Amino acid sequence: MKDRIKDLSGFLLKIWRHPKGRVGAVLIALLIFTAILAPLIAPYDPYDVTARSEKGLAPSLSHLLGTTITTGQDIFSMLIYGTRVSLLVGVVSGLSIAFLGAILGVISGFLGKWADMLIMRLVDVMLVIPTLPLTIVLTNLFGKSYGLIIFIFTLFGWTGLARVVRSQVLIIKKSTYVKAAQLAGASDFHIMFRHILPGVSHLLIMNTALTSAGIMVAEAGLSFLGLGDPTAISWGKMLAEAQSGGALLFGHWWWILAPGIGIFVSVFAFMRLGLALEEIFNPRMRRTSSIRKLWKSMNGAYLQDVFHSMDEEPVPVLQKERVAVRE
Amino acid sequence: MGEPLILAANLSVDFPVRGALGKKKKVHAVSDVSLTIEKGKTFGLVGESGCGKTTLANLLLGLVKPDAGSILFDGKEITDISQKQLKIVRRDMQMIFQDPLSSLNPRFNIFRIISEPLFIRGGYTRKQMEARVLELLELVGLPASSLHRYPSDFSGGQRQRIGIARALALNPKFLVCDEPVSALDVSVHAQILNLLMDLQKELSITYLFISHNLAVVRDICQSVAVMYLGKVVETGNAQTIFDHPVHPYTQSLLSAVLDVDADNKRERIILQGDIPSPIDLPTGCRFHTRCPNARPECAIHSPELREIESHHRAACY
Ligand SMILES: Nc1ncnc2c1ncn2[C@@H]1O[C@H](COP(=O)(O)OP(=O)(O)O)[C@@H](O)[C@H]1O
Ligand SMILES: [Mg+2]
Repeated sequence: MKDRIKDLSGFLLKIWRHPKGRVGAVLIALLIFTAILAPLIAPYDPYDVTARSEKGLAPSLSHLLGTTITTGQDIFSMLIYGTRVSLLVGVVSGLSIAFLGAILGVISGFLGKWADMLIMRLVDVMLVIPTLPLTIVLTNLFGKSYGLIIFIFTLFGWTGLARVVRSQVLIIKKSTYVKAAQLAGASDFHIMFRHILPGVSHLLIMNTALTSAGIMVAEAGLSFLGLGDPTAISWGKMLAEAQSGGALLFGHWWWILAPGIGIFVSVFAFMRLGLALEEIFNPRMRRTSSIRKLWKSMNGAYLQDVFHSMDEEPVPVLQKERVAVRE
Repeated sequence: MGEPLILAANLSVDFPVRGALGKKKKVHAVSDVSLTIEKGKTFGLVGESGCGKTTLANLLLGLVKPDAGSILFDGKEITDISQKQLKIVRRDMQMIFQDPLSSLNPRFNIFRIISEPLFIRGGYTRKQMEARVLELLELVGLPASSLHRYPSDFSGGQRQRIGIARALALNPKFLVCDEPVSALDVSVHAQILNLLMDLQKELSITYLFISHNLAVVRDICQSVAVMYLGKVVETGNAQTIFDHPVHPYTQSLLSAVLDVDADNKRERIILQGDIPSPIDLPTGCRFHTRCPNARPECAIHSPELREIESHHRAACY
């Protein structure tokens, strides 16, 4: 137990010492703070659509980011409240994807045989289902809610992770340190909880940060399309309202910029943290642009790269295994 | 002849594989192998990569079930016992591996690595485990300060010492050394081999020493078996076999090693061609496709191991 606490504090210290990690951690802390304390920070009630005299105000000291043209809501307060949806959907989906992907990947790799067959077929099936039309159908059936959106993200988000977790489990399962443990009489339970789960855990942590970032973008997209909860305030919906409310027409750029900044900062924060984690866990990873990494992580291809680079462990001295029979 | 620790008879195992077009095929990894390993001695197992050495070791350790044959470990049949009983028998067996780095979990510190067998066995307090690990570290010549460091902090030779310490944790009677120095720098070969020999003297452990390096086998083994494509082609007393090998395969292996020796008495025998695949084995004697003295009947009938002299058998006409 003492070791665990030491490991954990050492790990947190590593993130803090990492420049990207620190930026990410500080921003995420700020976002969480904002989301929880939104009612205290926001100067107005963002849901209040009755202030008819205040419609379409430009930024000023009393309305930091002005008000909306159509309803006169305070944009700064909406920005603050929007943090809640973005963070909630992003983090909850990221965590449930990590959970589901880890469980299915570990089962698939560890049990093998029919369980492996079944899960890998399921992955193939999930990959060919078009998600957006399905989302529209499901929102029509069950009503629009962020619970449903989280459910859909989780349902379709676990496949890439499960695949790479599976291949990593296979590598660990075949490793000679597991063989040594088996020789000493280790149970499957022991191998699972001492070797396999810790062996994939750091990837789950990293994956959660990066998927959360990707999902925040996707959530903004769905909300923009009007598939989110219509009563909630979210950055994606703010963008849609700004567009339909004529923000461009009247040159009210701040109405568009506000949710844009919200999305950017939260995605940026989680990406920084994810990239820092990646560099901490795996210093040999090839450096590519963050945008490409984000794109790949949304497609589940990113972890594959990470594992690939981990498997190319440089062997200190190459084994020469041919008997000394020389031609 | 001393008391045997392991008596294996007619062991065979095939691995099912899928060939081209998904056709089911079999890798004949080990075929009809019998051997006797004496208590407290070192038994050498020699052969090219892929000839089934590791598979044979896995069979003896009960990690792979044989398709045929029997294994007596310390007088107890272990091929048809339950997993639970096997676990108990296996406490007397351990293994050290070719690549010391991949045989140590990179996320474990040295204490966790070496104490893992004790942890699995159970019934030790943290204090007892620590005391035992320190004892083992001293036994293999590593400083006590290694305890809280990680495998990546050590050199290849030191990592192999860690692997040896882990293998000794439960006082095994039988230790499989699967190419324990092949992945290491030549400069540390002697150190590790000497350590193994000293430990054997001190703890009277029986070794199965797998190697493709005949010089090493000659120096440390009392008995050897030479394998080719899953079969033992020559076996017996190490000194006798190295002095006058009978099987052409053994002769060719030896000639390649001896040619670095000062007295270059024997002529080099150069084998033609590549090793055939263990999936599509040659008919008759498995070695006949590369044998310098192959005769027509070698392609038809497979020779049995026959007694050349006392403690020396070979499978050749
Ligand atoms: N689990 C397995 N499944 C299929 N083939 C295997 C398996 N293990 C070993 N083999 C095959 O059996 C043969 C012998 O392998 P191995 O015992 O590892 O040889 P060695 O240790 O002498 O290099 C090889 O052709 C190898 O490919
Ligand atoms: Mg081998």
